[in-house]
Amino acid sequence: MSDRPLTRNIDPVAGPTWIKTYEANDGYQAVRETIGQRSPADVLDMVRESNLRGRGGAGFPTGMKWSFVPMGKTDGHKYLVCNADEMEPGTFKDRIILEYDPHQLIEGMILSAYTIAADVGYIFIRDEYHVATRRLRQAIAEAEQKGYLGNDILGTGYDFHLYVHVSAGRYICGEETALLNSLEGKRATPRAKPPFPQVSGLFGRPTIVNNVETLCNITHIVGKGPDWFKSLGLGDDSGTKLFGASGKVKRPGCWELPMGTTIGEIIEDHAGGMREGLALKGFLPGGASTDFLLPEHLDLRMDYDTIMQAGSRMGTGTMIIMDDKTCPVAMVRNLEMFFARESCGFCTPCREGLPWIFRILDDIEEGRGMPEDMEVLDRQGRFIGAIGNTHCAHAPGAIEPLSSAIRYFREDFEQHIQGKRCPYAGG
Amino acid sequence: MSRKDPLIIQPLSSEEITAIENEVSHLPFRDAAAIDALKIVQAHRGWVSDESLAAIARLLDMSIEELDAIATFYNLIFRHPVGEKVILFCDSVSCWLMGGDNICDHIRQKLDIDYGGTTADGRYTLLPVTCLGDCDHAPAMMVGDELHHDLTPAAIDQILVKGNHNE
Ligand SMILES: Cc1cc2nc3c(=O)[nH]c(=O)nc-3n(C[C@H](O)[C@H](O)[C@H](O)COP(=O)(O)O)c2cc1C
Ligand code: SF4
Ligand code: FES
Repeated sequence: MSDRPLTRNIDPVAGPTWIKTYEANDGYQAVRETIGQRSPADVLDMVRESNLRGRGGAGFPTGMKWSFVPMGKTDGHKYLVCNADEMEPGTFKDRIILEYDPHQLIEGMILSAYTIAADVGYIFIRDEYHVATRRLRQAIAEAEQKGYLGNDILGTGYDFHLYVHVSAGRYICGEETALLNSLEGKRATPRAKPPFPQVSGLFGRPTIVNNVETLCNITHIVGKGPDWFKSLGLGDDSGTKLFGASGKVKRPGCWELPMGTTIGEIIEDHAGGMREGLALKGFLPGGASTDFLLPEHLDLRMDYDTIMQAGSRMGTGTMIIMDDKTCPVAMVRNLEMFFARESCGFCTPCREGLPWIFRILDDIEEGRGMPEDMEVLDRQGRFIGAIGNTHCAHAPGAIEPLSSAIRYFREDFEQHIQGKRCPYAGG
Repeated sequence: MSRKDPLIIQPLSSEEITAIENEVSHLPFRDAAAIDALKIVQAHRGWVSDESLAAIARLLDMSIEELDAIATFYNLIFRHPVGEKVILFCDSVSCWLMGGDNICDHIRQKLDIDYGGTTADGRYTLLPVTCLGDCDHAPAMMVGDELHHDLTPAAIDQILVKGNHNE
């Protein structure tokens, strides 16, 4: 049995895995054994038992999410949507699967759709992923030809049609309700919840939105069973995870490792540690909208709850590494420029507050900062960062790296203000 | 005016209309094809003019304002003419950590344009973009449909042909 289920078919040198090779490696076996053979309720139980948690950033238990979809006779469509918008700065994991093993995702989607009795699926993919889009479309055509997709799948009477929708940009499309508005052809403004998408989602119909990596895991949970899946994790969480590291480490990259691998192992062993002459100052464990952690956290396991207890979030599991020659104020300014630009503009604290925060950080970095600026950052950060003060999680996410940077690197901010210049500049 | 009014339909070719109607056929409402329609027209013409926008709105039973609100929301729908190739330069954090700003300055100098600008010969438009999902090979950018990464000034000189022929 493979310990690296998600990447076993991924070999960038050999190119994408097309259906012949995929099938030869037991591909679509789980579909053959499930569609029309097991009941949707049985598959849902397997997913629940597996303890799979969503890999899109929030870590919500997948089985529980699915259990809210109304089952039984319905008088219209139900939808399964794959979130392949991958735009969280510092995140580069879904693209690898999409480009090199598109059938793994398609198989996961067939199984997931069957479980919630969805008849239509969409893969919502960002425009810039041209290669992935081409390969997905080709793989879908292959799967249709083999009878895994379309009407009467494998003669079982189950219908599932899968389409690729290419986005037109904007980070906020990754937020699942904004994504649904965008799929409906509208501006990508997040929706109020409730109603939750499981009940009233795309075009008002029951809808599940899951991340690429989440859906791929379904293939293996159904294929090899929840116990096997649970045994893969080293700590509290099940399965493996695509972890990554970027920044000035010796070997930036993305690796499939057991859930619960320690941060130190990822940074030291897999990423090769810091480049010559640099030391680790801090890192964002799972993309731009997670709180900074410090070298003292290297022994922590990459588990949802462990990282949460340390005051951050595992997010997407792709770490952004900050070295000691990089100015934390400048780094946070870059992050807040992104968050301010990508606000959808719907609610005031986010639309007005994030540009304000960006301008203050710009002032501080450029030597124009005032002592009062720190108070504004603290106060606005608390206000904008509080869940419930804004319409979606974009603004609270924006505050996570800011408030943690102030907590851990306050001296750096104060040095900028007192010295009226960036102490890292020209160094 | 009816939808078939030739004066109104003119800013869309029959090929574009067929492609848009094909999208509409999969969807429960005509206006649900708004983004697809804008993208189809942009794929044919490089950008979406006022005239095309009005024609799409009419085709999808929408008001012009409604459709323009959608068109201007998305950063990859161009409401102004752009160069033959659009450079989408990643200005997100991992690329920034790896010296992306310096590479972008090099592009700006070489092409003599800033973000939002188009070279005098109409070859390139330079725009910032959010993380391209290639952070382990930062800095990264797209030129047209092609991804380029591990960028250095020397690599930029190879990738981009000189933008301004008047120099
Ligand atoms: C601002 C914002 C951007 C997001 N972007 C993405 C994204 O690009 N990809 C993704 O899978 N999830 C993204 N999410 C999370 C989704 O809203 C949603 O939780 C996820 O797709 C659910 O899938 P999962 O349960 O499989 O993790 C984003 C959330 C927010 C608030
Ligand atoms: S928090 Fe920001 S992104 Fe979310 S709805 Fe409000 S303005 Fe839009
Ligand atoms: S930050 Fe530039 S590719 Fe991810």
